[in-house]
Amino acid sequence: MWQYILRRTGQAMVVIILVTFLTFLLLHNLPGGAARSALGLDATPAQIDAYNEQMGYDKPFLIQYMMYLGRLASGDLGFSFQQNQPVADLIVQRLPKTMLLSFLAAFVALVVSIPLGAIQAVTRGKVPDYFVTAVALFAYATPLFFLGMLLIVLFSQTTSLLPPQAPQGFGLGEILADWPGLILPVATLAIATLAAYTRYVRSSMIDNLQENYIRTAKAKGLSGGRVVVRHALRNSLFPVISLLGMYIPALFSGALVVEQLFNYPGMGLMFWQATQTRDFPILLATTTIVALATVIGSLLADFAYAVADPRVRLSGDS
Amino acid sequence: MFFENRLAAVGLLLIVGLVAFSFLGPLLHPTDQVHTDLANAYAAPGVEGYALGTDGVGYDQLGRLMFGGQTSLIVGLAAGLLATAFGTLWGATAGFVGGWVDAVMMRVVDALLSIPALFLFMLIATIITPTVPMLVLTIAAFAWLNPARMIRGDSIALRSRDFIVAMRGMGGGSLRAVRTHVVRNAIGTVIVNATFQIADAILYVAYLSFLGLGVPPPAANWGGMLSSGLSEIYSSHWWLVYPPGILIILLVLSFNFVGDGLRDAFEVRLRKR
Repeated sequence: MWQYILRRTGQAMVVIILVTFLTFLLLHNLPGGAARSALGLDATPAQIDAYNEQMGYDKPFLIQYMMYLGRLASGDLGFSFQQNQPVADLIVQRLPKTMLLSFLAAFVALVVSIPLGAIQAVTRGKVPDYFVTAVALFAYATPLFFLGMLLIVLFSQTTSLLPPQAPQGFGLGEILADWPGLILPVATLAIATLAAYTRYVRSSMIDNLQENYIRTAKAKGLSGGRVVVRHALRNSLFPVISLLGMYIPALFSGALVVEQLFNYPGMGLMFWQATQTRDFPILLATTTIVALATVIGSLLADFAYAVADPRVRLSGDS
Repeated sequence: MFFENRLAAVGLLLIVGLVAFSFLGPLLHPTDQVHTDLANAYAAPGVEGYALGTDGVGYDQLGRLMFGGQTSLIVGLAAGLLATAFGTLWGATAGFVGGWVDAVMMRVVDALLSIPALFLFMLIATIITPTVPMLVLTIAAFAWLNPARMIRGDSIALRSRDFIVAMRGMGGGSLRAVRTHVVRNAIGTVIVNATFQIADAILYVAYLSFLGLGVPPPAANWGGMLSSGLSEIYSSHWWLVYPPGILIILLVLSFNFVGDGLRDAFEVRLRKR
């Protein structure tokens, strides 16, 4: 067990270092350079040189990268000249809101998809199975922003049951106080996630229903419902733990679109705005933080899976 | 085998239909998709010979859907195929060579996969100028990761199979093994995966357009038309929103149906996507 944890943690560290390197490399090639985007179009060449020297941007690439890693290790994420704030402060404000949105969506998707997937597996090849598959496929094939718009038309424009805009507020408390505004954004993200989750629960459940222990349980005379819920479903949920880890990047991607559509003041919206103004420090820091969250999230999911299901940690290579 | 799956047949027909609509349609319904016609902006469907009305700058919407379909199809297909080809080579090499080469190659895949796709796209898009070839490269730059992982798995499983061991015993090298055995045996996985990649690429084009990183006008694609149609949601210009949205859904669904059908045909072990 400890060996497994150590090996996965080691891999994760390598991945994190690689991510910071790749992002830094990509943004290093930002047209016009970071100085131009910070100082604006009116900056003179002398001012740009001075800025580059002050920030260390005139040094060789690898030295710059090492300096960046050093600052990162001490929690310094840089300073956004356009927002006139340290990037770390901005992220501390924004990240919890994106986390709230993503967690709520993942939770709703999970709560809905587990029974749906189970029903599909039990009625495999019959009408309910086909129906849910069709709905899930439609949800998958619909661009997230179109889905969100359809919900807005349905629930705010035609019936005015729910507000079309996400809660606006500085802190999590203010966001939660305006909870009706959260319903549509969370629903949009959840429906998109649902498609993948039900498919996964269904196939995991089908695999388990064919196992010998299910036949044994039935032969012992247990009722069908009890076999399905107590035996098959419980075992089918183990892989779902790792699915949660696997879908973190998709959730963040989705949050980017949903935040933009519903004007939700999270990290996705900040990132989008930063791409429009080429706010170098925000782009760099946001990508790093999001990737870090993904790596840590999937690491935790793998550990949880290994704790829950001993077969995983014994089978070696993933 | 393939046509036993009725949905796959429907999907294939739909794809053929949508390709014909986009590429042959303009021959039957020629329209000017370059010059704006502000006098006829927002004409309702059916008015003055505009079957599906006009958009905010007077482009014929039906003609624009055909024109935009070309970009969506070309970018989707090109990006999906490019990603699959590159991912296959990467994954087959990593899995077959093994050892530290495999470890390094796969950590690169892990690192790129841990940056959420849209964040990565937007980073790349702030660096490049969006044109059709650039859009293809941007999407392919992310989309090759999943096929690489999948094919690596296949290639590791194949490595220890008897016929490979036998070939090695007869003096065959790694290159020959990858070329004649690994790639051929994994071809089912590759083709099935390619169809899903195309479907995903079509969606990614739409997302990039929504985030303001699509190909600028007068070029068009369904995703761009849909996202610019979103601002018409409070006016009653439904023809600017629903037709491109429905076409995207149909196209993505079709490629998925075909992918499922091909998977049955190749009898590839059911994968959990």
